[in-house]
Amino acid sequence: MKSFIVQAVKRILVGSPLYYAWMTLLLIFVAIGIGSYIQQLKVGLIATGMTSYVSWGFYLGNFTFLVGVAAAAVLLIIPAYLYDFGPIKDIVIVGEILAVSALLMCMMFVTADLGRPDRIWHLIPGIGILNLPSSLLSWDIVVLNGYLFLNLLIPGYIIYKAYNEKPVNYNFLLPFILLSIPWAVSIHTVTAFIYNGLAARPFWNASILAPRFLASAFCSGPALIILLFQIVRHYTKFHVKDEALHKIAEMIAVAMAINLFLLGAEFFKELYSDTHHLSPLKYLYAGMDGKGRLVPWIWTAFTFNVIAFFIFLIPFTRKRFLTLNLGCVLIIIGIWIEKGMGLIIPGFIPAPLGEVWEYAPTTLEILVTLGIWSLGLLILTINLKIVLPIETGEFTKHTASNGALASGRA
Amino acid sequence: MAGAASVLGMFAVSSCSWQEFIQNNFQRMTKEEIEQTVERLRKEYKEKYGKDFVVGTEGPLEATLFGYALDIQRCIGCRKCVYACVEENNQSRDPQIQYIRVLRFKDGDMDLEHSTIYYDPEEVPEDGYYYMPVQCQHCANAPCTKVCPVRATWTERDGIVVVDYNWCIGCRYCMAACPYMGRWFNFAEPVIPAESINTVTHYLGNRPRMKNVVEKCTFCIQRVRVGKYPACVEVCPVGARKFGNLLDPDSEISKIIRNKRVFRLKSELNTQPKFYYFFAT
Repeated sequence: MKSFIVQAVKRILVGSPLYYAWMTLLLIFVAIGIGSYIQQLKVGLIATGMTSYVSWGFYLGNFTFLVGVAAAAVLLIIPAYLYDFGPIKDIVIVGEILAVSALLMCMMFVTADLGRPDRIWHLIPGIGILNLPSSLLSWDIVVLNGYLFLNLLIPGYIIYKAYNEKPVNYNFLLPFILLSIPWAVSIHTVTAFIYNGLAARPFWNASILAPRFLASAFCSGPALIILLFQIVRHYTKFHVKDEALHKIAEMIAVAMAINLFLLGAEFFKELYSDTHHLSPLKYLYAGMDGKGRLVPWIWTAFTFNVIAFFIFLIPFTRKRFLTLNLGCVLIIIGIWIEKGMGLIIPGFIPAPLGEVWEYAPTTLEILVTLGIWSLGLLILTINLKIVLPIETGEFTKHTASNGALASGRA
Repeated sequence: MAGAASVLGMFAVSSCSWQEFIQNNFQRMTKEEIEQTVERLRKEYKEKYGKDFVVGTEGPLEATLFGYALDIQRCIGCRKCVYACVEENNQSRDPQIQYIRVLRFKDGDMDLEHSTIYYDPEEVPEDGYYYMPVQCQHCANAPCTKVCPVRATWTERDGIVVVDYNWCIGCRYCMAACPYMGRWFNFAEPVIPAESINTVTHYLGNRPRMKNVVEKCTFCIQRVRVGKYPACVEVCPVGARKFGNLLDPDSEISKIIRNKRVFRLKSELNTQPKFYYFFAT
């Protein structure tokens, strides 16, 4: 154990100039983020753009997007473990590690959004009160932590065995793997239900919300995974087959088709019935009372998503890395807008008594957000730096005790 | 990580003492704990405002369910209730918090999206308009208390929806859940000049709040539990506001509900407010 830690720390500290530059950049943003957060704690949430009208904003937007990213690991788990699809089984661990980083970012975003993080212990059952079964936020805490546990346990066990150069006992692991599949669906469903259950907010109070959440999550998460795999195989000895990437891209095409279909269904219902339920959608896509801060954003998202859909639909563009990567970037930006600000803000506009009061994040909010993203990427990088060499067999009990540090390119 | 955030938060939210940090949910406190907490709070308030405070902990009255009725026909939109409420309930003056919002409608229309709270004529009432004040509706089927992840807000036996300011974690889920804008958040440390602070308070009502917690109308719990009317009822110059015990068939409120044409705001949401609107004439 001791030699493992020593070797792991060495691996984290040793790398190429590019690695150092990357880590330094992240650390700078993390430091700025922490500084900004302390400022927010000092003066209160007035440091953000949120008001009693729009009482959730940028933090929860990013939170919602990242829950989707975390849930998307299931799209690797299903082909890998259930269908035993070799090319993905080899790489599924990276998806699980991404899920862990995304979950930690989710928790940081929710904490950043809390007015009284000093009272977070009130959520611990026993010494505090976790309001189950009534509060969906309480449920979300349960499912997010459960999913985090599963995604630490499954790859943790595999890595432990690989490090000790022992075979993995899949009979032990299978129940957890099977459990993690519905659990991934649950984290995004429960997160959707947080918003969905509020009759006061017609924009969210539509049954289509949870299905749309899942469809869009299964676009953005895998898109991020495709990019991550290419980075990983470029900079390490970890092998990722093109076949695996193209399989994931196919799944994105299906998910995006469903996402756009559900959006169309939502549009039809709201536009044709033309009741006051339409107001938030009207604010989002066209503006209201001369106010429409989100209009250019949501049309950007819509355009990006449609273009990306065709890129992923047509085999010619899907199988070429230039267009594939372009599609991934478009989807990530598109869904980040759609499931972030595009979902949270119109829920509050117009306000329950009809007022149109807009929201924009402050510089401080953006800096805290960048800080959390950077910390998440830092955690991801460090995890990969240790896990990938174990997976490739460069870093095992054997090499560690010999003190031999394989010289990976990263 | 939660622990780290908690500790970091504790140091940064500097006003937080050790006793305040470990303070229990009001509903779970023993009698002694309540007494000790009240003593501590009185000391804190004395230090901050230089005045002796009453921090009441009177419980719900027997056989009482509070209800409210507002006569839309009579209301002239003067907003005296708004300011009486601010003074009685120690709402922050900077940034401003007001529990009551007086909506102005054009005659012939009751569409909330067409209403405004921003009207500023020389004199009220204005020709061609009518007014409808909205505050917490103290719903029997309250969406706000249901969503609270830590049960920092609940409905008392006498029907008042309250918040334990020391238990609220500031997630603002209740604000998202409320269809009436009945809840307000202290985005900054509330500022109330010492000379205008109301020192007669209730633990679940108008005692001074801290930053980053939610607050709301409590029907003036500090008044109604000792037999007084809410401040807004008392101040209304035209007698548009009525308050009383719904369980007493002879109370004014029961008679209004029985004899007048009443409605409840957004009744389609099944929130079942104990706040009625009516037309007296």
